[in-house]
Amino acid sequence: MKNLKLYSCILGMLLSAIAVAQQTPAAEQSQAITIQGATAHIGNGDVIENSTIVFEDGVITAIGNNGISSKGKVIDASGKHVYPGLIAPTKSLGLIEINAVRATDDQDELGEMIPQVRSIIAYNAESKVVESMRPNGVLLGQVTPQGGRISGTSSIVQFDAWNWEDAIVKEDDGIHLNWPSSFRRGRWWAGESRGYRPNDDYAEDTQAVQQYLLQAQAYGDGTDTSLNEGFKATQGLFDGSKKLYVYAHGQKEIIDAVTLAKESGVQKVVVVGGYEAYKIIPFLKQNDIPVLVRQPHALPRREDDDYDLPYKLPKLLAEGGILVGIQNEEMSNFQTRNLAFYAGHVAGQGLDKEKALQLITENNAKILGIDDTYGTLAEGKSATLFVSNGDALDMRGNDLEHAFIDGRSISLETHQTELWKRYSEKYERQKEGK
Amino acid sequence: MKRLLLFLVCFWSLSSFSQDYFPKNDGPKEKNTNYTAFTNATIYVTPTEKISKGTLLIKDGKVVSVGKSVSIPENTVTIDLNGDYIYPSFIDAYTDFGMGKVKEAEREGGRSAQYGPSREGFYWNDHILAERNGIENFKYDKKQASSLREAGFGVVNTHTMDGIARGTGMMVALNDKDDDAIRILEDALTNHFSFEKSETSNQSYPTSLMGAMALLRQLQHDKQWYKDGNVPTKDRTLEALIANEGMVNIFEAGSKDNNLRADKISDQFNLNYVIVGGGDEYERIDLVKNTNANYILPINFPDAYDVSDPYAETYITVAQMRDWNQAPMNPKVMTENGVPFALTTFELDKVSDFNKKLEKAFLYGYDKTKALEALTSMPAKFLGIEDMVGSLKEGRYANFLITSGPMFDEETTLYENWVQGEKHVVNTRDQKDIRGNYTMTAGGKTYKVEITGDVGKPKSKVIAADVEFPSKMEYSQNWVRLSFTDEENNEVYRTTGIIPKEGDSFSGKMIRPDGSESEFTATRTSSSKEKKDKDDEKVKPEIMPITYPNVGYGYTKAPEQKDMLFRNATVWTGEEAGTLENTDVRISYGKIVEIGKDLSRRGATVIDATGKHLTAGIIDEHSHIAALSINEAGQNSSAEVSIEDVVDPEDVSIYRNLAGGVTSIQILHGSANPIGGRSAIIKLKWGEDADGLIYDNSPKFIKFALGENVKQSNWGSYSRFPQTRMGVEQVYVNYFNRAKEYEAKKNSGQPYRIDEELEVLSEILNGERFISCHSYVQSEINMLMKVAERFDFNINTFTHILEGYKVADKMKEHGVGGSTFSDWWAYKYEVNDAIPYNAAIMHNQGVTVAINSDDAEMSRRLNQEAAKTVKYGGMSEEEAWKTVTLNPAKLLHIDDRVGSIKEGKDADLVLWNEHPLSVYAKPEKTIIEGRTYFDIEKDAEMREDITAERAKLVKMMLDEKEGGGKTRKPKGTEEHYFHCNTIN
Repeated sequence: MKNLKLYSCILGMLLSAIAVAQQTPAAEQSQAITIQGATAHIGNGDVIENSTIVFEDGVITAIGNNGISSKGKVIDASGKHVYPGLIAPTKSLGLIEINAVRATDDQDELGEMIPQVRSIIAYNAESKVVESMRPNGVLLGQVTPQGGRISGTSSIVQFDAWNWEDAIVKEDDGIHLNWPSSFRRGRWWAGESRGYRPNDDYAEDTQAVQQYLLQAQAYGDGTDTSLNEGFKATQGLFDGSKKLYVYAHGQKEIIDAVTLAKESGVQKVVVVGGYEAYKIIPFLKQNDIPVLVRQPHALPRREDDDYDLPYKLPKLLAEGGILVGIQNEEMSNFQTRNLAFYAGHVAGQGLDKEKALQLITENNAKILGIDDTYGTLAEGKSATLFVSNGDALDMRGNDLEHAFIDGRSISLETHQTELWKRYSEKYERQKEGK
Repeated sequence: MKRLLLFLVCFWSLSSFSQDYFPKNDGPKEKNTNYTAFTNATIYVTPTEKISKGTLLIKDGKVVSVGKSVSIPENTVTIDLNGDYIYPSFIDAYTDFGMGKVKEAEREGGRSAQYGPSREGFYWNDHILAERNGIENFKYDKKQASSLREAGFGVVNTHTMDGIARGTGMMVALNDKDDDAIRILEDALTNHFSFEKSETSNQSYPTSLMGAMALLRQLQHDKQWYKDGNVPTKDRTLEALIANEGMVNIFEAGSKDNNLRADKISDQFNLNYVIVGGGDEYERIDLVKNTNANYILPINFPDAYDVSDPYAETYITVAQMRDWNQAPMNPKVMTENGVPFALTTFELDKVSDFNKKLEKAFLYGYDKTKALEALTSMPAKFLGIEDMVGSLKEGRYANFLITSGPMFDEETTLYENWVQGEKHVVNTRDQKDIRGNYTMTAGGKTYKVEITGDVGKPKSKVIAADVEFPSKMEYSQNWVRLSFTDEENNEVYRTTGIIPKEGDSFSGKMIRPDGSESEFTATRTSSSKEKKDKDDEKVKPEIMPITYPNVGYGYTKAPEQKDMLFRNATVWTGEEAGTLENTDVRISYGKIVEIGKDLSRRGATVIDATGKHLTAGIIDEHSHIAALSINEAGQNSSAEVSIEDVVDPEDVSIYRNLAGGVTSIQILHGSANPIGGRSAIIKLKWGEDADGLIYDNSPKFIKFALGENVKQSNWGSYSRFPQTRMGVEQVYVNYFNRAKEYEAKKNSGQPYRIDEELEVLSEILNGERFISCHSYVQSEINMLMKVAERFDFNINTFTHILEGYKVADKMKEHGVGGSTFSDWWAYKYEVNDAIPYNAAIMHNQGVTVAINSDDAEMSRRLNQEAAKTVKYGGMSEEEAWKTVTLNPAKLLHIDDRVGSIKEGKDADLVLWNEHPLSVYAKPEKTIIEGRTYFDIEKDAEMREDITAERAKLVKMMLDEKEGGGKTRKPKGTEEHYFHCNTIN
């Protein structure tokens, strides 16, 4: 009982702390803005040196390196770099605040197959973790439920909003399926050794998925469609309005997942993870399957694997002609602010820097289905972009001066910058002799 | 089975022992004082002492005489062995024969661990069961005895395999004919130990291997203290341990590295452990040899993996495949290196596999005479029972084997296993060898019958008019039963016939499918030669070379120490000189000797470093790689444990860290308790053994921890003090008070109980051991500094220290350093105020700041993490670089040796293709003391080698499966990536 009290006490403190911390969302863009003189990294592999970018009402109206006249407020960005806002797929940002505090955890609902569970309504637009993405250029994310077999339905949001509804970029964009593994970890708590062992339930588990999808499809064919929310939520998979994100690493699992999903009538499949995807590039190309590959800041999964396999994996897939983006679903949410450095690390393996940037901008936008508006710097697209003093893919250069979401100039302050300033002030005072 | 029973009844009366004073009511009570002589035998009195055409004379279960000419008394039953062989029967020194299962402690539903013992009047730890008297659990197991005898064993040493101290083991003869009064040779012969906790208690301590080691050491101190009469209360465990001091100590270690761990304890306390190894000794035979211990070795060589599914195959490492390929050479390698050892059936799935496994060892070149020794004289010697068993010298027990030929020859049949003068038949000796090809005629038809296989268990093949009929044959007590099926007509024929003593044919009756009967006759046309041909096929398999460590990326030999001259590099000295362009660095005999422009070569290998960056090796102040355990969580203080005891030199993370430019790390104990264990500070000399990795004259460190982990806040455990930050302070105060008292007593010259934990805490008070303390929030950071000040010492390092920025001024004043994450936060409540500007603020206040990993992945790119201090808070690049080199070296007190590029320091260097703080940078060479432990080009070669070796081994395994060999499902290795809060 005493502990419960303590617990509620902590909870209370937490909630109040969170409530006061978030930066105020920026106002609508009221005048045209021109960013002048920067190196524009388009996000599609191209660069425009000494560029001029004009945007009005949240939309880029002109971009190029000559013959474009500035308009409205001019930001001199000579020697600086402009990038499209980075996009973080498959994260539970805003669904969990502090990993170890259960009261802040809304990312994993009970149940094995629950596509009807929607992340968007639990998205905390005032999350301090979400806020901390922005000073590093991560401006958009796919808010994704976790756990179970079919975890639920994600939505795509921008990271500067008063509430979840205002944050929506694309509502209920996809359903997330954790594909079973043909090998599983030993259940050490039950006396097994921890190593991988064949999963005897693999066939059964995959059939359960197939059954669910077939049932869902049959449901859609019928007329009595009012009762099963799970099946109803799944319908978008069969008409292509929703994507199916299947989380799989092994080549067998990927082949099984893609084959089964297609056979079950799913129109658009995205592989998430894809550790062994580089071994089945022809299969993926043939089936036109994009891959959201796991971030390079990971260990090889097998002792004999190349030490740098995780580093170069996105490169191997990109060079193989696969549409590939980077996600970091297995990492803590706060790590997502390192998205740019994931891409940078891949570039260090010999992938062209602009192509590496493409992995977290245009490609992620395409894979998530928001590339008509986001992911590149182009006329007619949203002015969701940022200005960095240096190379944003490198830790030393990633230093944001401005960031815009739909043309709105957002704050780059956070809970963390505030503490930094507060304590810098403490020591300033000491230096001045109090 | 029936036959066996009959046999038992018949021979019961021959029992040569009798208990004089026991009444007998089921018949007359009479004595049998006859002798039994085995004549005309090839007798191995010992594995190397052979008598041809000799006689063995036994009486009352013992050897009376053995030799070429033995005088045989008149009252002797003589058995003419017709040239058959006699060997001393085998001894298994390590079994749990007849001990049954222990009663497992019930797992309670609650999540809180049990910290105290369940017993009263015994040692404080339930896993120390030295008072267990093996014989009390013993119940003779006839079934198991029979399978052991079939494998050739006559006596076994047995104990209850449970607990860290397991109590005594006893010696029993596998004599079914007599009772425990006779067959138990020693009630208590051995003391048993292991690193494994008892199933009989849930007591938490020790949770780790290093905890088990510490407990074993403390146990010895406590025994001595008790023995010296300093304990007024009763401790039955220690009393038993003292009473049993003269017995042989057997330690079940179970792997080559654990052999060394057990040996370390053995040497410290003069315990002369006989070590039960793991069968992997061949991988580091030099180290195993150096232990100078006697070994008992299992031969549970692994089965091949079923690699027919290429997807599944990827889960198996080349090290696992090698294990299958190499393990059968263990007995041979041990023998060649002169390490004394006995063999055991321990760890085999079933005892009947013993001979098959042994055959495999012979195929790998193991000497058969040596095998005989390992099964007879060696175990007898180790157990100090050579005057009873292990040879057929006069006066020894009449425990011997009668075989058809030389022991371990494939053709040889084991006929009888005599135990204490009692005959136990394995295969009947008088059974005629009927193997061969026959023509059988019955009912006007002619069949070809081929009989192959074992003499006692022949296999049959029946062919009629070129069609083979599936058949089954049984052969016992001169009767043959053969049935076969004409599949086409779905007809079954059954025959039964008697084998005559003489002649090449036999006859009997056939029952036809319709029930009618007729006579048959089978006449031998030729003897079977098939078996011989099969023998010739058995060729020694190709054995993969051993690498150091014996995993995919191991080296076949240690990298050579070379003098090198790095030409024209950008040199990050980390010293006042700063970063020097177009500069040369020369190293010699593992040291940096010269830094400058256009240096002369002086015989060094020149490395063109134009356009590249040369830095000191990265040092990770907070790592958990390369260790088998990280937390001893069973107590709120575990100062008695040391990570140095559990360094794992085979962790592939070492190699991967090298590939990330890391050369030195501190392996810290975890954060499960306020006072953790001692650190190991190592260099990543991939391929060296554990001792070779640990720094020479290593500075002494211990881990402390504060906050949520030590309060056990995040896993709902409510039974261990402390549960609050308030309690954490009191833990420290209490322990330091006790340490002071301890020290005072020790210095006073009075007798004192050696307490390994308080010894370590005294070192802290004396300034000989430094604290690296896991810490998050400012209140607790401040508290610990005050506690230290009260006891007049300094905290050396706060690690994690995520709110260090709030009290950086106080830290500076105290003189403590900070080793922090670059940008971690939000994973628990106490890191809510963690900010990435932390390092910069502490640095600006004059605190020595390091960036650490606490993570096997992040440590591979600490250069990137260091670069984040430039981004967050604007540290200069040179200062940023020091956070992963010179500063951690300072915090670890090794900056006189490593951490910067300075003449006289160790040549621990990294050559980068780019600016080392760049996200695009990659180490191309990582050098420790002039040896290149990582080279990007060598790495590329090794990748190809691994692919080639895998392909080879996969092919061999597929062949094994094809050839009918036993295979098992692919299974991955156990990976362990530890963090602070990993409980293991």
